[in-house]
Amino acid sequence: MELLISIMIAVMTACGIYLMLRGRTFPVIVGLTLFTYAVNLFIFVMGRLKAGAPPIIGTGESYTDPLPQALVLTAIVISFAMTAFVLVLALRARAELGNDHVDGAPVNEREDSRI
Amino acid sequence: MTLLLIVLLPLFGALVPLATERYGRNICAWSACIAPLISLGLLISHLPRVLAGETLRYHREWLPSLGLDLSLRLDGLGLMFALLITGIGLLVLLYARYYLSSKDSLGKLYALLQIFMLAMLGIVLSDNILLMLVFWELTSLSSFLLIGYWSHQSAARKGARMALAITGAGGLCLLAGALLLGHIVGSFNLGDILAAGDQIRAHSLYPITLILVLLGAFTKSAQFPFHFWLPHAMSAPTPVSAYLHSATMVKAGVFLLARLYPALAGTEMWFFLVSFTGLATMVYAAYTALFKHDLKGLLAYSTISHLGLITLLFGFSTELAAAAAVFHIINHATFKASLFMAAGIIDHETGTRDMRKLNGLWKYMPYTALLAMVASAAMAGVPLLNGFLSKEMFFAESLHLEYMGAWGWVMPVLATLGALFSVAYSWRFIHDVFFNGEPVDLPKYPPHEPPRFMKVPVEMLVVLCLLVGIFPHFTVEPFMHAAASAVLGHEMPEYHLALWHGFNLPLLMSGIALAGGLLLYSQRKGLFAFYERKFRSDEKLVFEARVQRSVRLAQWVTDRLENGSLQRYMALFVGSALVVGTVGMWPLAEWTGSRALTPVDPVSLIAAGLLIVGSFGTVLIHHNRFAALLLLSVVGLVVSLTFIRFSAPDLALTQISVEAVTIVLLMLALYFLPQLTPNESGPKRVVRDVALSGAAGAGVGLLCWTVLTRPFTSISDYFLENSVSGGGGSNVVNVILVDFRGFDTLGEITVLALAAVGIYAMLHGLKLPLPNADGEGRRWAQDPHPPILSVMTRILLPLAIMVSLYIFLRGHNMPGGGFIAGLITSVALILQYISTGTEWMQQRLRWNYRKVAASGVMIATLTGLASWLFGYPFLTSTFTHVHWPVVGDFELASAMAFDVGVYVTVVGATMLILAHLGRLAQSTHEPPATNEKGEKI
Repeated sequence: MELLISIMIAVMTACGIYLMLRGRTFPVIVGLTLFTYAVNLFIFVMGRLKAGAPPIIGTGESYTDPLPQALVLTAIVISFAMTAFVLVLALRARAELGNDHVDGAPVNEREDSRI
Repeated sequence: MTLLLIVLLPLFGALVPLATERYGRNICAWSACIAPLISLGLLISHLPRVLAGETLRYHREWLPSLGLDLSLRLDGLGLMFALLITGIGLLVLLYARYYLSSKDSLGKLYALLQIFMLAMLGIVLSDNILLMLVFWELTSLSSFLLIGYWSHQSAARKGARMALAITGAGGLCLLAGALLLGHIVGSFNLGDILAAGDQIRAHSLYPITLILVLLGAFTKSAQFPFHFWLPHAMSAPTPVSAYLHSATMVKAGVFLLARLYPALAGTEMWFFLVSFTGLATMVYAAYTALFKHDLKGLLAYSTISHLGLITLLFGFSTELAAAAAVFHIINHATFKASLFMAAGIIDHETGTRDMRKLNGLWKYMPYTALLAMVASAAMAGVPLLNGFLSKEMFFAESLHLEYMGAWGWVMPVLATLGALFSVAYSWRFIHDVFFNGEPVDLPKYPPHEPPRFMKVPVEMLVVLCLLVGIFPHFTVEPFMHAAASAVLGHEMPEYHLALWHGFNLPLLMSGIALAGGLLLYSQRKGLFAFYERKFRSDEKLVFEARVQRSVRLAQWVTDRLENGSLQRYMALFVGSALVVGTVGMWPLAEWTGSRALTPVDPVSLIAAGLLIVGSFGTVLIHHNRFAALLLLSVVGLVVSLTFIRFSAPDLALTQISVEAVTIVLLMLALYFLPQLTPNESGPKRVVRDVALSGAAGAGVGLLCWTVLTRPFTSISDYFLENSVSGGGGSNVVNVILVDFRGFDTLGEITVLALAAVGIYAMLHGLKLPLPNADGEGRRWAQDPHPPILSVMTRILLPLAIMVSLYIFLRGHNMPGGGFIAGLITSVALILQYISTGTEWMQQRLRWNYRKVAASGVMIATLTGLASWLFGYPFLTSTFTHVHWPVVGDFELASAMAFDVGVYVTVVGATMLILAHLGRLAQSTHEPPATNEKGEKI
């Protein structure tokens, strides 16, 4: 199971970062979301994998670590706020600059302006 | 306590003139003098005790953990310097009143001068070397401001920058040196350091410490090869030059040599480093001074030369040489300050400082001429004046130096040579300015004597030169004795200053210097021509060129790294993270740890497969944005399933509701963005990015594996044990959020609200091109609000609100809570917006979501503050059990009110984001709203 989780996190990280390296805002935001999943999951599993032991007192003999869960819970909400912020930033950039490239202008146009 | 007052009074004095400036220049000047006068008075009141050999101390802890204490000491050396600083400072304040033209702000100059005075007093009275460094830096900064006082002049700005660069760099060296000293001795207390001289000299770090400290001293005191900043600092107003660059600041370096003399001096290294730097400076600067046509330039090089002489004397490392150095510090301060003031008078009355124009002023201003001539003669070392006495001592000491061995004759010869140049330039100052024919094109003609009070400071200093020169025994000897004893760290040997020591070698050297200097000056025409041909180099140009070069280098580096492409930054960022991660992971010997693995079940395997396919799919079809979004939501769902699988029901609930909101948000935004991503990346770029992201993914996976297979200890046992008894809830995650770590949560909901407000601001006035078809060219549906959906969601709304309330209420004990309930409410409301349109909702739900979000944060904060009313720390929670008629025994915790705040913030922020984005779609998608009569609202 540990191996499976590691692979899942690895795949999400790799795909997220690949998309974040793209040039247009929307894929970057999608990549950011993927990467957020990976990071949240990563922090969560730092409490190690334990099935059937939710940290609710009185439901069982032993409990899994509640601290990473508390951290991740707020992280999920905050990353939603961040995603929304970046998304609206992208919209604003599109309105101001007339395109949706992260650098403000597509590559070929920038080449033109330099010449 | 009075010691502290002496140092801090000028700070008060810095504020007064700024306030009194508007009442006229005289009132401003007199009020500015009050604070330094009191300081001077306090110093004089301590005079008898200090001259009797006592050291007064003041101590107060400041930052004991760093060894930085606010401790001051007043011994002979400190007293002598403090008297010079306050005494000459007062004269300069008076002088500046008449020097400064009415265009310039007198109050600003006074304020800066007194801040500088504070810094200098701090240096000379500190009993802690770190404290001394603080003041040391303050002198560099205030001198920067003073040199650049006429900030509209390019020369002033450049000169100020150069001075700051050199003395600032020296200050950093000194800081390193001071830290090393503290490391060697184990204390930054000056007393401890001075007592530990043998320990320091024997330590292996002694050479580097000495070099660093000397760098600090030499840069400050303008020693060769760091001398070049001082002539350029002459673009300061003349009172500043008289005060900083002759009497005080440049003396800080030699003061440091004197102060640390018992700790550092007495080795061969000290002798060679200090005396040869001093010697080179003295001879070179005296030689250069002769060729400066600018009055202040001549005086500046002469100052450098005399500082070299003082340094040289400290380098000699004999007891009498140290005494002579102290003596010469006093003498130089008096005659050089008066000369600068005289030069300022001449500049003020004639409008120029060029000695090729200034000739024959004797006729026009005989009184000033007389004063300047006496001071100049003191500089040349003419008998009956103070300069003669210290120069004699210097010659006498240069004759017997143990370290020089067979080369013993070198020092006296070069000393005489330096003195010879000194006579030549002093004579030039007198002859060129006051005699030598008639003035040539003076900007102000005819010149006349300055106002009465402008001469008073010069007179006082010149009288001092004479008094010390003729009656050294009665005037200066007690000060010198106390100061020299303080420098040496023990009682100074018996020595009497006297005019006449009989015919001896030093007298002969003086005679040679005087005669040779006059002879040299008589040959000036040829010499000047020779100098013009050979040695014309402007340090300012060289320095500026170097500054420019380093700026260009920095620019080049910046351009390499920062070309304005966010894509490149991202790649660099991932690359650096990879490097750092690899370096961190490298020492790991074993990937797999000792922890037992948990078994894999088929359902998990399928879910993992879904996630992997979803992730790769998102990447592969990311050019089709909408499809990629759908695949992304699959990944999000599997992540929430993973949370459930591993005992995190709260997380799963949160994740799934956030998932819904995020996807809706992304879809809304996608409406305004191109539906397809053009294929812009070339194969090279794709290969690079695949490599980068693949490596990053592998690294994170590997890290995860190594951590997961190792056992760990957690601090969470505390939370598990105290959740019920301390927080009144059995859902530990929720109790952590609203109770144990409530302060963190408060910060987090504040961030959430801020992000929402930021989004609101960015959406304000946003106009976007309106798409009327999707990515494949199909027009949008004609019916944006299908009736079945709207009817269904209307029924759903109360149910959803009820569910969210239920989730909220049980949150403290069962999975749920403010965050999740807030998200569920938001989802329910958003569904209404989607199905029936923003306008319809706005008519029915007239909430201002900004206020909702803000009031959520307010509720949470007030809950925290409420505990103050009961005398508990911020956010302390309490709980009790109440009996509800139907529900039964119910636990009510104050943390619940906090959770209400969280709930309200989440609803407000989420709706603020989504409703406004939706309204944006509405306003661009539909024609402007009209009322029944067809008018625009």
